[in-house]
Amino acid sequence: MSAPKNSGDTSPHSTQGIVMKKIIFAALLLISSTAHAALNVFACEPEWAALTLLLAGDKVSLYTATGALQDPHRVEARPSLISKARRANLLVCSGAELETGWLPVILRESTNGAILPGALGNFEAAKYVHMLEVPTHLDRGDGDVHAAGNPHIQTDPRNFLPIADALSKRLIQLDPANTAHYQLQLSNFNGQWRAAIARWEKQAAPLKGVAIIAQHRGFPYLNNWLGMKQVAELEPRPGMEPSATYLSQVLGELQQHPAKMVLRAAYQDERSSLWIAERAHIRAVALPYTVGGTAQAIDLYALFDDTIQRLLAGLK
Amino acid sequence: MHKKPYLSAAVAALCICPLAADAATDADLLAIRLQIQQLKQNYEERIALLEQRLQAAEARQTQATQTPQASVAPAQPASGEGAFNPAISLILGGTYGALQRDPAVAATGFAMNPNPGHQQGFNLGESELGISANIDPDYRGVATLALAPAGGITVENAYVQTSAAGNGLNLKFGRYFSALGYLNEQHAHAWDFVDQPLVYASFWNNQLGEDGVQLKWLAPTDTFIELGGELGRGRGHPGSDRAKNGAGSGVLFVHAGDDIGVEHSWRIGASLHKTRATNRISNAVPDLPGTPGGVSNSFSGDSQTAGVDFVWKYAPDGNTADRYLKVQGEYFRRRESGLLTYNLLTTDTYTNTQSGWYLQSVYQFMPHWRTGLRYDQLDPGTAGVGALNAGNIISDYGFQPSRATLMLDYSPSEFSRFRLQLARDHSRQGLPDNQLFVQYIMSLGAHGAHQY
Repeated sequence: MSAPKNSGDTSPHSTQGIVMKKIIFAALLLISSTAHAALNVFACEPEWAALTLLLAGDKVSLYTATGALQDPHRVEARPSLISKARRANLLVCSGAELETGWLPVILRESTNGAILPGALGNFEAAKYVHMLEVPTHLDRGDGDVHAAGNPHIQTDPRNFLPIADALSKRLIQLDPANTAHYQLQLSNFNGQWRAAIARWEKQAAPLKGVAIIAQHRGFPYLNNWLGMKQVAELEPRPGMEPSATYLSQVLGELQQHPAKMVLRAAYQDERSSLWIAERAHIRAVALPYTVGGTAQAIDLYALFDDTIQRLLAGLK
Repeated sequence: MHKKPYLSAAVAALCICPLAADAATDADLLAIRLQIQQLKQNYEERIALLEQRLQAAEARQTQATQTPQASVAPAQPASGEGAFNPAISLILGGTYGALQRDPAVAATGFAMNPNPGHQQGFNLGESELGISANIDPDYRGVATLALAPAGGITVENAYVQTSAAGNGLNLKFGRYFSALGYLNEQHAHAWDFVDQPLVYASFWNNQLGEDGVQLKWLAPTDTFIELGGELGRGRGHPGSDRAKNGAGSGVLFVHAGDDIGVEHSWRIGASLHKTRATNRISNAVPDLPGTPGGVSNSFSGDSQTAGVDFVWKYAPDGNTADRYLKVQGEYFRRRESGLLTYNLLTTDTYTNTQSGWYLQSVYQFMPHWRTGLRYDQLDPGTAGVGALNAGNIISDYGFQPSRATLMLDYSPSEFSRFRLQLARDHSRQGLPDNQLFVQYIMSLGAHGAHQY
């Protein structure tokens, strides 16, 4: 009865071993199947997720780190972002320090060398466009300014052409097996996007030279594209909340430089916009700013369709 | 003249007829629509290709006169933390404290624990100088020096961390804040209240810093799961600094977290800490004979602490810049057993189990303004005291220290914060205290991203 444990019948031990092996095998299968399903893309903002989708289609599995109604400067380094970044093959972000408040923690904690700055899997869109508002000197006394220039590059559709080109090349480098697919998608995008830009520019012709107020310094690329003139900002310094005194001062200045409308991004608090709009008898216009910012802005094309429509409505 | 109504009726009928037919042949129409869509897509693709070729040809011709928009952008300066190489940050902080009781008196039943206490009147808090940079592609170094207002520098953190060891592995060595609990790793400037919860103050002397090695592993799962362990010198309470080989303390921890939709996120954790104290001296400990000013005791023995923690955050639309709510709580339970030398004379066995918890909530009710509420409680436990010290050591205090704290803060920018805090402190039996604090926290230079 009391046979020594280490000799004789070893069958219970080996059965256990087989079960263990099965479990390990199943676990490995689970990990490898999810890893090989597609290129895992971690998009920092919705516009880059939308662009990646247009360029890669079902060849990638997409995760978007921030929502359209979130202030992209103020995202928390949530645990979910860390685990998504650990498995990402490609990170697609605005760059230009827009994500500086959270992305460094994510990169550090995820331990994923493939997406670190400088690696093939780290794509910063701002590197491929001509940056505006690059500060000549850096001082926090000027508010929340970015050393590399204004990072809100997604408000000018022309910026998407060089970015798409670079992003497509990056996708090909990471996933050469699908080169033909990425090339076709890019050429489709280029053709359709150029046609769309021409259409938007035609529609937006009445906006040329129109004076606007911006709630946050977030529209230099849009203004540059459509030829609108920004006459005032509702933030005394970028990222600073305006006081009642400051708003009154802006209101006073509007007497000399009247504006047609006050613009804000969908994620921004509407109060200061409405305050000035009511007193200056102008329109407060909320722009989607990125994909998903309004119910209409369901993809990149709809983003600019809706932006133009809302701006035109602001003219009336 | 009279024909006009008939005409419009006929037109109306014509319009209605196809509508009626529509319902009958829905499926056919759908098929046709799909075919048309496919055709359209085919043509669009072909046109796009042709356009592409045309543009390529045009581009070749007009390369010299290209607009900057289309040209390859100039190299941007490296962004992120590396833009300042190394990243240097300085935290300036100070408080004004008004207390009704002497802060040197420890919480009832916790005289053998640390009592970081509070400062009265105007006082400069610790200024914190942080320097961090990538050392090389594999390692990153971080040093945080605390500049004490009276002079002198203490090394708060000085560690090296692997940048991307891969496979979810993260190695840290040097002096670091232990990853146990939720609050322990947070630097003082990131605290939501002027002070730490009572349980952190008396169990960890506010924060457990270790000299040692930490290894973490992040599971390759969709849900955040992190396991880790630390081996350290055990220099801080409940350990006692030592001069011998081997590790003086060990920590195991596990964290899990995720999002629920875009508005909610959470993290839970559990941790275990073990150390051994050798001649851990405590002064001014009250005793049964009622010695004025208390006595000095020395403890040598094992100390084991288990803790659980959670944090849940909610922001409408996930937009934390506007409004958010954060609820967090932690519970620690510590069992110590060994030998206690009463009044540095009489030695006998001593075992005790202490516990403590806090629950707090911070609500940003409008941009830049937050308010917070915290409730703290401690249980000094009932000590098992050896016969020799039965007449000396108080084994049961019959009192549970507690405190309620209310906070309001205003942050003009991401880099500055002013805070007002009121506390009703019941941590010392018979000495209820109303405490008021005013605090400022300013950060200069490179300001790294905050942890969750």
